[in-house]
Amino acid sequence: MDTLMLSRLQFAFATFIHFIFVPLTLGLSIIVAMMETKYVRTGDETYKRMAKFWGKLFLINFALGVVTGITLEFQFGTNWSRYSTFVGDIFGSLLAIEATAAFFLESTFLGVWIFGWNRLSPKLHCTSIWLVACAANFSALWIILANGFMQHPVGYVIRNGRAELSSFLEVITNPYGWNAFLHTVTGSWALAGFFVIGVSAWHLLRKQHVDFFTKSFRIAAGFALVSTLLVAAVGHRQGNIVAEVQPAKLAAMESHWETQKNAPMYLFAVPDPDNEKNSIEIGGIPSLLSLMAFNDPAAEVKGLKDFPAEDRPPVTLTFSAFRIMVGLGTAMLILAVLAFIARHHPEEASHKLLKIFLWTIPLPYIALQAGWAVAEVGRQPWIVYGIMRTRDAVSPIAAHQVGISLAAFFVVYILLASLDIYLLAKYARSEPH
Amino acid sequence: MDLGTIWFILWGVLWAVYFILDGFDLGIGTIMPFFAKSNEEKRIMYNAMGPFWDGNEVWLITAGGVTFAAFPKTYAVMFSALYTPLMLLLFALILRGVSFEFRSKVDSPGWRKIWDTCNFLGSFLPALLLGVAFANIFKGIPIDQDGILHGNLLTLLNPYGLAGGLLFVALFAHHGALWLAFKSEGDIHDRAVALAGKLWPVVAGLVVLFLVMSLFMTQLFANYLVNPLLFIILLVAVAGLVLTMTYRKAGRVLASWGASAVLIGSAALFGVVGIFPALLPSSLNPAYSLTIQNSSSSPMTLAIMLGVALVFVPIVIAYQIWTMRTFSHPVTKADLDYEEAY
Ligand code: HDD
Ligand code: HEM
Ligand code: HEM
Repeated sequence: MDTLMLSRLQFAFATFIHFIFVPLTLGLSIIVAMMETKYVRTGDETYKRMAKFWGKLFLINFALGVVTGITLEFQFGTNWSRYSTFVGDIFGSLLAIEATAAFFLESTFLGVWIFGWNRLSPKLHCTSIWLVACAANFSALWIILANGFMQHPVGYVIRNGRAELSSFLEVITNPYGWNAFLHTVTGSWALAGFFVIGVSAWHLLRKQHVDFFTKSFRIAAGFALVSTLLVAAVGHRQGNIVAEVQPAKLAAMESHWETQKNAPMYLFAVPDPDNEKNSIEIGGIPSLLSLMAFNDPAAEVKGLKDFPAEDRPPVTLTFSAFRIMVGLGTAMLILAVLAFIARHHPEEASHKLLKIFLWTIPLPYIALQAGWAVAEVGRQPWIVYGIMRTRDAVSPIAAHQVGISLAAFFVVYILLASLDIYLLAKYARSEPH
Repeated sequence: MDLGTIWFILWGVLWAVYFILDGFDLGIGTIMPFFAKSNEEKRIMYNAMGPFWDGNEVWLITAGGVTFAAFPKTYAVMFSALYTPLMLLLFALILRGVSFEFRSKVDSPGWRKIWDTCNFLGSFLPALLLGVAFANIFKGIPIDQDGILHGNLLTLLNPYGLAGGLLFVALFAHHGALWLAFKSEGDIHDRAVALAGKLWPVVAGLVVLFLVMSLFMTQLFANYLVNPLLFIILLVAVAGLVLTMTYRKAGRVLASWGASAVLIGSAALFGVVGIFPALLPSSLNPAYSLTIQNSSSSPMTLAIMLGVALVFVPIVIAYQIWTMRTFSHPVTKADLDYEEAY
């Protein structure tokens, strides 16, 4: 394999692993902060114990989020140096702002929160976890605005062979970036909600610490329902934006080959990119694709055939990932409603339902990863949509260097991630103090 | 002063602050296997850096991010040309980062041993690699006009690079011993002060060695000869070196740590000022060097980023100092019984 392929694999692998841990950080920090706020307001020690119990899981998860994040920051320089030179003006600034405005706050106050239970007033201590939660979600804004520039470049001019900044305001108000940010964080909140619901269900199935886990369940159920509704609504809007700014990606997401008005959507289809058609199409709903993409049943949707083959993203992967995400999003909506209904007395819910909640934990993880696969694979062959191709972005380094580091990442990450998940499971099953 | 020069200075200062702050964590990790006699003593060392290490490491992320934003071409070439050492640094920091969280999560000596080893490697290697990398940058690295490195990891392990690596290891170990002395009491405190005392001559010797080698093997002094006022940086470094000893002997460990911080900061700035206006000098041909002129971002980016830095960096410094004060107490047995302790 050449340097390009190896670098793509390495980047994708490192990011996927990072994003196993990131979403729980984004959502659980808020849930823990809500619990601690409740403790400060009511003085009820149960909520303090809750903040500590879920906080411990938060910290175990956080450890891997941090160490895998540093890799990503370095990788733009190590593996994508031509890209970094090309977009450093804009992309580099957003990363630097992320570090100065968010990472410092997040890391510093997390240290304060961990070590400060007996040294700070309850209010100040509670403030520190809110700072962590806000900073974590704020960091997501900057990194996704950076990603938004790659997806939908705005506010730049090409000068001296580079994309130079022409309007900072346009860069930080990029509608693609903002919407993707909202979609990603609400998805992450939903994930954290289902995580707390699932772990609580595990304890409730065993009838242990019922009061503690009922209260946890209740907070999480409301949080999950709101987040799941939001992620679907914002996701629909994301589809509209993609239809507008990345028509080739939209066509790949739907495996839509022929440009047409009143474009239908198929409940089931199997893409056949070699022959530029779908080998199976079942359950076509007339005009639905036009309606979903442009909020107008008569709108014309451009098909893949109208894009030169070298400008088309990999269809099967983009298409399947999109189906998986939307399917899981629908399932999560139903489950969130069920959890919300059961929230007052989850301990009385049927064993079957509690078991289902336990097994729901992986679903949002899969949905989030699938979502990123849609966004990133669907962006190909461009690294910066329409202005720089991925193959022109890679560093001029020897393939064996990347091969070795990729192998090392593979071994070290799988090992550390497994240990981390083992510890998460161990402490999730432990008794709250 | 033009924006490029301001950013060059900020760039140097960010790296210097990173070395000062993460230096003490990396130093404590480096001395741990030789210092701690029991699990309890190890835990005191972990908890002496507990509330700080992650916030300190963000200075590295910021230094990297700022290089990317202000000097994209330098970031691109520095990180890709130094691919292998950087990956080693990264893996070391990854192992160190998880060791804090994992170590006390399973109650078994074998488990702890694994993470103690990771913490040691994750502290010693970064100190060494950063020293080697920066010494090589100060001397110039063999990059051609396309930013491709002519050489490999061994090219960087030349005598000057190794001297830089050893210097960093010694500086950080000394710095870490002083921080440990500040954050502990009783026997550990006394032994940490004694260790700093033993390390001091090593640091002093390596500082002198490095300066002499710089004189003969690099162009670093050229800028100083043009503008002799710059020699103040060296004077400050020497003052830090002397004061860290006198304060330590006077029993004022925090002041001694502060003087050591000054020493580390000025040592880093000594090199950065020496290579000005290049950020990455080429040893093949000065024309291939990456400089303020040929690698900086557009003036608009530099101006906006300056605004961002002027707003946020002082805030960061303020709350990090507040954190250090909040957790300035010595780590005691009671702190080890604390549920959330490492
Ligand atoms: C949606 C959110 C999101 C996304 C898409 C990414 N990250 Fe991330 N990152 C976070 C959200 C986050 C976080 C929640 O803020 C983390 C997780 C744990 C933590 O400490 O902060 C984090 C940690 C984290 C750290 C360590 C910070 C520290 O030491 O405190 C770095 C350097 C990065 N990330 C860099 C990146 C880069 C370069 C990415 C792009 C490829 C990236 N992250 C994608
Ligand atoms: C955290 C969620 C993310 C995931 C799961 C993800 C996933 C991926 C995947 C699968 C690829 C490979 C695509 C391919 O080569 O076919 C990729 C490429 C890439 N992504 Fe992302 N990505 C994420 C976030 C980001 C963000 C936030 C950025 C930038 C700010 C980013 C920048 C890149 C770059 C530079 C590449 C390499 C070039 C390329 O192969 O296109 N990614 N990512
Ligand atoms: C249920 C309805 C949903 C719809 C209509 C929807 C729609 C979309 C669309 C159109 C994209 C655009 C891809 C791109 O920007 O290139 C996307 C991306 C994404 N989706 Fe969804 N989505 C839904 C549910 C979910 C759920 C439940 C999650 C996770 C829990 C999720 C996570 C993501 C992520 C992380 C991305 C990548 C970031 C982004 O581009 O916004 N989505 N989604």
